[in-house]
Amino acid sequence: MSEAATSAHIALAQPLQIKRTSKRWLIAAALITAIVALPVLAVIYLAFFPDENIWPHLMSTTLPRYLLTTLKLMLGVGILALGIGLSSAWAVTMCEFPGRKYFEWAMLLPFAVPAYVIAYVYTSLLDYAGPVQTTLRAVFGWTSAADYWFPEIRSLEGAILMIGLVLYPYVYLLARAAFLEQSPSLFAVSRSLGHSAISTFFRVVLPIARPAIAVGLSLVMMETLNDFGTVDFFAVQTLTTGLFDTWMNLGNLGGAAQIASVMLIFVLVLVTLERYSRRRQQQFAARDNREPIRRFTMSFPRQMVCVAVCGIPVLLGFAIPGATLATYAIEYFSESWNPDFIQNTLNSLFLSSAAALTTLVIGVTLAYSRRLHNTRGMQVLMRLSSLGYAMPGAVLAVGVIVPLAGFDNWLDSLMRDYFGFSSGLLLSGSAFALIFAYTVRFLAVSAGSVESALQKITPSMDMASRSLGHTPGKTLVKVHLPMLRGTLITAALVVFVDCMKELPATLILRPFNFETLATYVYQFASDEKLFHSALPALIIVVAGIIPIILMSRSISNSRAMN
Amino acid sequence: MRLKLAATAAIALTAMPMAAFADGEVNIYSYRQAYLLDPLLNAFEKETGIESNVVFAKQGLAERLDREGRNSPADLVMTVDISRIDELVERNLLQGITDNEILNKNIPENLRHPDGQWFALTTRGRLIYTSKDRVEEGAITTYEDLADEKWNNRICTRSGKHPYNIALISSMIAHHGEADTEKWLAGVKDNLARKPQGGDRDQIKAIAAGVCDVAIGNSYYYGNMLQDDNEREAAKTVNLVFPNADGRGTHINISSIALTKSAPNKDNAIKLMEFLSSAEAQRIYAEANAEYPANPNVKPVGMVAEWGEINPDSLSLQKIADNRNAAVKLVDRVDFDGE
Repeated sequence: MSEAATSAHIALAQPLQIKRTSKRWLIAAALITAIVALPVLAVIYLAFFPDENIWPHLMSTTLPRYLLTTLKLMLGVGILALGIGLSSAWAVTMCEFPGRKYFEWAMLLPFAVPAYVIAYVYTSLLDYAGPVQTTLRAVFGWTSAADYWFPEIRSLEGAILMIGLVLYPYVYLLARAAFLEQSPSLFAVSRSLGHSAISTFFRVVLPIARPAIAVGLSLVMMETLNDFGTVDFFAVQTLTTGLFDTWMNLGNLGGAAQIASVMLIFVLVLVTLERYSRRRQQQFAARDNREPIRRFTMSFPRQMVCVAVCGIPVLLGFAIPGATLATYAIEYFSESWNPDFIQNTLNSLFLSSAAALTTLVIGVTLAYSRRLHNTRGMQVLMRLSSLGYAMPGAVLAVGVIVPLAGFDNWLDSLMRDYFGFSSGLLLSGSAFALIFAYTVRFLAVSAGSVESALQKITPSMDMASRSLGHTPGKTLVKVHLPMLRGTLITAALVVFVDCMKELPATLILRPFNFETLATYVYQFASDEKLFHSALPALIIVVAGIIPIILMSRSISNSRAMN
Repeated sequence: MRLKLAATAAIALTAMPMAAFADGEVNIYSYRQAYLLDPLLNAFEKETGIESNVVFAKQGLAERLDREGRNSPADLVMTVDISRIDELVERNLLQGITDNEILNKNIPENLRHPDGQWFALTTRGRLIYTSKDRVEEGAITTYEDLADEKWNNRICTRSGKHPYNIALISSMIAHHGEADTEKWLAGVKDNLARKPQGGDRDQIKAIAAGVCDVAIGNSYYYGNMLQDDNEREAAKTVNLVFPNADGRGTHINISSIALTKSAPNKDNAIKLMEFLSSAEAQRIYAEANAEYPANPNVKPVGMVAEWGEINPDSLSLQKIADNRNAAVKLVDRVDFDGE
């Protein structure tokens, strides 16, 4: 009988609280939150001073539709991502089937494809002049669009499919990490008590993995809320498109900030729901890595079902768009190949790595502070710090400009007055501004996943370490971080790939003569030159794949190594 | 330890502002794709030794300029669409150039701001594309015709909210008043064959596919498609119509350049403006994107010349910018982009 089963405390009633710690962690968390919340506060501030009150006009015309469409989109993508993510995570973790080892990491590949890129690709494949319909016409002898019905890719359903295909890896990643961390004994116990595998999945496995899955799902929802490229391209009118419209076409930044504030409410609801889903449930599973997972051996038809469950999303979300991009890239190679490439790629890699590292350090600090001080106030801080994720990138960029430029100009005036020289713009228009924006935007990703993983570590660990005289900091380094290795890697990976793909904020904040791969793709795509953007888009995808494979391996190994 | 080093290095690197203030430079915030500017900026550097730095973005540059205030490194702003540049005038972010002989000679009065706060570099017509097979030549000749019942279920266009359509609707408001324009726009909406979507090229492709027979789009998209192996076939299925050519003239929009209030390299910036208004640069610039040069001494050549003379609507661009808000709200009221 393994120790794991005996030491798995389920549902401790009293909240986790370790007494008698210094206030240092709390102060650090408060400081971080204050800095990270600045851009969000700047946007809320702008919302109070719109150029004209645009609400009556919006309420009576387009806003209800924006709201409804946004809800439908989020719901659709959520269901799709959950379906694909959970089924595939379970299959690769627990079932034995041909190609399983490859699918372990291949499931993550669509994550490297930006939603706007997959939308461009499928539109060019599925529109009237694309290969699919051209073939159909040739086969059936149709001559014009009036002769037959074909699903319209540029629709709400199309957007749900596109966004779902590239976001399901969030659910997959976190669900798989949770399944891997579960003790196999639990499963065995349930089976020995006469439950079927399916019933065990729903009664034991899913409830234990629920916190992680809830985090994954809320990330999917927030990313969906935030998408601009796809919905804009498909002419699906969501709050984000409405926000851009108010800002760009009505020239009313205040009104746009008001819509952004509505989106913030959405996010608060999401975060609250996610917390609520694991409210009355706190369990601590001690991992026991000496015990390997025993995967099911299955009949051939069932194996094929597993192959399909894993294969279809990878095919649609990665293989087809990747192959299409590669074809275009080869065809237009001579036109789109130029020496800027390596520079742009390095820019993207540098920014994304720096942001991934920053969010990881800050995310751990916040999550750990909460573990030490599980108070109302700390909960509020956590929630405040994750608000940036809800901001559409372009609005966040404005939110970043306000405090940075404010600081720069304040310092500059000070220098001019006292020392007679100008310090100019130190932070705005520098790479710092971009990394700051990325950090604000993606902190929720790392803090959320670190927090949900920390909750699974029993407080007796902390107590043991602290009773041996370790400080909270030392306990974190010696005890928690090694246990969290898989989660930390996952969080860093997600942020890294997200930054690689980030577009709207990057466009607005970037320095002179500075392109990332995403902005480079957009330059051409926005001018209806899709073919020319195929090569840089392909490079974003490839650059995103490498860390995915590396890190996915180390997640698998983390089980074997500790 | 290694992590610490890396982090320190990263912080040190990022704190260094990348914009330069050295001599011999000019900094541009551009709403136009950098690749359209590159050949010209390279030619300018060859001629003068002045190096150009560009930030291209579709949104937020005005905001950035505003917040950076007197310390902004930007010397010039380049835009497409009159409303974008007007926004900068409104926010008091530009400075006027009134007594520059070269600019005043090269750019006609109706294509520059009265106080020289902006100068047009190119113009583009908002045209009607019609199917060669299904629409007789001369069947549609004006923007007003688009609301005619005979086009029911036969028209395609991009979003009514796109700046190019907003500018067109603004010009309609200027000519017909708001109430009549609303009726017209509702009529056009009733005639749509599908929900507004895609870009202008996509409308040409839709005509080729038989989804619709008539579409609205800018002149240069058609030109660019003719030069692209993958899109030439679709472009060949349409005719170009210059609407209202025999009346008030075809609605045009501009791409423009303006000097910022804070320009740290003002002299260099003005040199670049002069250069871009010169005959040689105008030719390259207009040809790069199949547009019409703003400089009246430069005649369109090649493809653009073959389309025939354009008779531009003489309505002041300022008027179009002034009506923008009304136009946007109109699009919302008739729910132009809705199902």
